[in-house]
Amino acid sequence: MADYNPMELMICVAARNLEDGATVVVGTGAPCAAAMLAQKTHSPNLTIMFEAGGVAPILPSMPISVGDSRTFHRAILASSMPDIMETCQRGMVDYTFLGGAQIDMYGNINSTMIGDDHAKPKVRFPGSGGANDLASLCWRTMMMTPQDAKRFTEKINFITSPGYLQGGNSRYEAGLPKGTGPYRIITNMAIMGFDEETKWMKVLNVNPGYSRKDIQDNCGFELKWAEKLVDTDPPHADELRILREEVDPHRYIIGR
Amino acid sequence: MNKAVELKQGQNELFADPDADRAREFFRHKSRAMVNKVTTAQEAVKNLLHDGDYLAIGGFGANRIPTAILHEIVRQKKKNLAFAGHTATHDMQILIAGECIDRLDIAYIIGLEARGLSPSSRRAVESGKIKLTEWTNATLSWRIKAAAMGLSFLPARNILGTDTFKYSADKEILCPFTGQKYVAHPALYPDFAAIHVHECDVYGNAHVYGASVSDQDLAKASRRVVLTTEKLIPNEEIRRQPHATFIPFWCVDAVVEVPYGSYPGNMPYEYFSDEEYLKQWLNIEKDPAEFEKFFKKQVLDTKNFNEYLELNGGIEKILKLRAIEHLIDKK
Repeated sequence: MADYNPMELMICVAARNLEDGATVVVGTGAPCAAAMLAQKTHSPNLTIMFEAGGVAPILPSMPISVGDSRTFHRAILASSMPDIMETCQRGMVDYTFLGGAQIDMYGNINSTMIGDDHAKPKVRFPGSGGANDLASLCWRTMMMTPQDAKRFTEKINFITSPGYLQGGNSRYEAGLPKGTGPYRIITNMAIMGFDEETKWMKVLNVNPGYSRKDIQDNCGFELKWAEKLVDTDPPHADELRILREEVDPHRYIIGR
Repeated sequence: MNKAVELKQGQNELFADPDADRAREFFRHKSRAMVNKVTTAQEAVKNLLHDGDYLAIGGFGANRIPTAILHEIVRQKKKNLAFAGHTATHDMQILIAGECIDRLDIAYIIGLEARGLSPSSRRAVESGKIKLTEWTNATLSWRIKAAAMGLSFLPARNILGTDTFKYSADKEILCPFTGQKYVAHPALYPDFAAIHVHECDVYGNAHVYGASVSDQDLAKASRRVVLTTEKLIPNEEIRRQPHATFIPFWCVDAVVEVPYGSYPGNMPYEYFSDEEYLKQWLNIEKDPAEFEKFFKKQVLDTKNFNEYLELNGGIEKILKLRAIEHLIDKK
């Protein structure tokens, strides 16, 4: 087994998806680490934005809050939440990352509750925050998450943030902006995209050390598979060095 | 797209009246006088916030928060408040501990972002005793913006097709120009808002530095506004750079000078959040009996913000947090 952990793999893969010159809204934790890594490797001109108003900071360390002073440290702009969200709505934001307790085959995400009574949830989570907005309005939504059959489920308890809703064209018929939607789901086992027609989740890459069976066994719905299934390119030595030494030297995220 | 479109609406309760004419009628009678509004946190909360009111808090959960006002709301036992949970984190922990809230507009609650989840807030929301309506951060921003614009709603393109919409009080509409489906977010005119600022004059003309979240709109949208300020500055400072005025006096009803007033939260360019203290608070919440003692000592039994700050390390603590904010290596 190579010398990296699943979190490091997911962050490196996520970073590679952020091309130079793009814009990305991130939260705290792994997404922020991926954006910082991209900026320190192939995408020096990646514009990193935070939903409370920070734009293009030179991050001295990992923020604790998406509104703390690190998020606009030596930044280009310290603006407001409506300004960031309106920039997304205008079509100027390419990527965002979301997390959640459950995800279904159309990339719909639950970060609100477990149970069937909204007024008295069995387990309550924080709710949308900015997640629904970013999933609705950014061009491409990505997710980094450990994979298991409970989290990847056909029937999620609550659609907090929109994926492709009921599949097909339903996302755009609901009124969400054309051309937006989930793009990559990056797990410890695989990298998934979505079928162009049906919008059903489809495995594109298999991570080192995992089989097709592992990936399907740890998913609560039937996965589709790319015709040419490609092995995931594992983290490179220089990516790992920068991630460990410059992005997250205290191992706040990669130590999880 | 000529086929008939069925327009949906959220099924949950709207806790604030979006009517623009009723809001105008209120603002018609709001004082425009540029008079000295300096008072104490006690007086401001006593005179401006009433049981049953709709409450909004400026800043971002544990960044630039008006801690003195939050504590005072609890000490004065304000009840049955509706609250805008617009990334509500430490502010919500305080209000939940004080049992002040019975209606909650949710964008982000319970969590303290990267710090973890609040056991007390979670218990309170899972108990079923608080009425919940779902929204999102952008939605609450735009609801407040709609009010700041003097409207009753604002169209947008988020939230459609989701359960977040289903459990909101939003409505779908069609654009009269293009036929595009939009969501109509109802305007949110809070009864009372408290905002912590870097500096302001005695009239309430204020400067804020750093990410502003929704606070400029919030000051305009709210019927009654109290500012807590790190320091009072002469009116001349405002007039010297009018382009920098963040909130003008006519939005403001009361001004309270509270140095270090965002503690234990972050105050950009001044001091960082007290992460050890916030972690301790989260830990103690796991045991309700222990937390009751902690909260009594920290909030109920302290007379004012200065006493609270002294209890938690006073200026010495602030010096440490200032060094963290400015990335100064102090051994």
